[in-house]
Amino acid sequence: MVASNSIWDNVKDFFEEVGDMAHFTGRFFREVFKPPFEFRELLRQCYNMGNRSMLLVGVTGFILGLVFTLQSRPTLMQFGAESWMPSMVSISIVREIGPVIIALICAGRIGSGIGAELGSMRVTEQIDAMEVSGTNPFKFLVVTRIVATTLMLPLLILLGDAIALLGSALVENIKGEVSFLLYFNQVFDSLKFSDIIPATIKSFFFGFAIGLVGCYKGYYCSKGTVGVGEASNAAVVYTSMLLFVIDFIAVFVTDIFFGI
Amino acid sequence: MKQQEDILPILEIKNLKKTFGDNAVLNGFNMKLFKGENLVVMGKSGSGKSVMIKCLVGLMRADSGNIKIMNQDITLLRKTDLDLLRTHIGFLFQGSALYDSMTVRENLEFPLRRHKKKLHLNESSEALVREALRNVGLEHTMDLMPSELSGGMQRRVALARALILKPKIILYDEPTTGLDPITSKEIIQLMRHIQKTYDTSSLIITHDVDCARVISNRMILLVDGINYVEGTFAELSNSKDPKVQAFFKT
Repeated sequence: MVASNSIWDNVKDFFEEVGDMAHFTGRFFREVFKPPFEFRELLRQCYNMGNRSMLLVGVTGFILGLVFTLQSRPTLMQFGAESWMPSMVSISIVREIGPVIIALICAGRIGSGIGAELGSMRVTEQIDAMEVSGTNPFKFLVVTRIVATTLMLPLLILLGDAIALLGSALVENIKGEVSFLLYFNQVFDSLKFSDIIPATIKSFFFGFAIGLVGCYKGYYCSKGTVGVGEASNAAVVYTSMLLFVIDFIAVFVTDIFFGI
Repeated sequence: MKQQEDILPILEIKNLKKTFGDNAVLNGFNMKLFKGENLVVMGKSGSGKSVMIKCLVGLMRADSGNIKIMNQDITLLRKTDLDLLRTHIGFLFQGSALYDSMTVRENLEFPLRRHKKKLHLNESSEALVREALRNVGLEHTMDLMPSELSGGMQRRVALARALILKPKIILYDEPTTGLDPITSKEIIQLMRHIQKTYDTSSLIITHDVDCARVISNRMILLVDGINYVEGTFAELSNSKDPKVQAFFKT
């Protein structure tokens, strides 16, 4: 009886949380098109999220391309299909691995950062101070961050993909004596718009999800410093799950429109 | 006419009620703050002082009752009108609440960006920031981050930020809490200086008896969610009522 009550409570909490998040999303869309627009803060956030994530995304992308190529090479060689390497790597990275891995990395770096920052602003009354000074804190803090992640994530994914392909080309150059020119010629021959466009659209949604969950968790943070830790942690966990759900939906939609 | 304006309260609370679950924190609280007055509201921790002050600025919604600030009922105001009214109110938070990602200068400029024109403040932002910081004796901290300041300095910068739009009313939420006795005295002196310089009306929420003694023109004791007793510091400190005496016994 106690166990069933506990399960019921968890289910109820889950749906309440989903409802609250839907309400939060609705508020974002109501506020985002309403003046005044906080362009300066938006630019600052874009710089913080974009520029300061470049190194992490670059290193991750490079290692991803390098390892992926090193691991796939022996198997392709068994079938005498190593010439397919550039096509296989580029399609895998651009369509799926690049966006998902980089979005997960950004959920850890950006999402948790937003959750912790807004959470600590909430518990130290900085958000209340903003409201009392006659500024809409939702617009200044939440809208700018969600827009910034939505705009920056596709760019970071593009950068990560490019560096991953560079890493892959380096392995091919060293191990297979394939020139960079030949490698990238094959990459561009094999990539189609139907590979790039759905992946780019998907990455906007990934960025939106990272910003939304981080802001939601931070903005409604409570319970002092413990709450800040929980907000930061929950931002990463919820976002990671949401990214896979979005990815799953994106693959279905891509299949309908482009045929995988 | 002038006299009648002076008698009308600049801030008035009527029958304010606020409940959290079964706990009735405010149970019909009434209060009037007059122009140029320093009114101290004292109460035990958890007696609802901070809830009351948050209801005053619309950070919390009361269950029932009326709150009139400068003759406008804030419970009936639209968001934009409430934001405009808030520019006439300075709020000093208990923990200072400085924006820690901004410098002192940016903290003070923050309210100016949105409201400077609306309030017809003709001086440049730079001049207003300098003036506010000069009034709290911290002009040299302009380009420092809040984390580089001591607790007392943070409280003074927060006070400068509360003053930047030249408000008519200042609300102090536990202005001396967490400060050492010497810094507390400095803050209290500063509050008196500010009141004279800016001709503001002040509502001070505190449980610091020294602060109340020095600064109050009138006091209200908040007990069991109501204004239990009102009077000057001398009247209340000499009261025979044990509930009142409990605040003044050391």
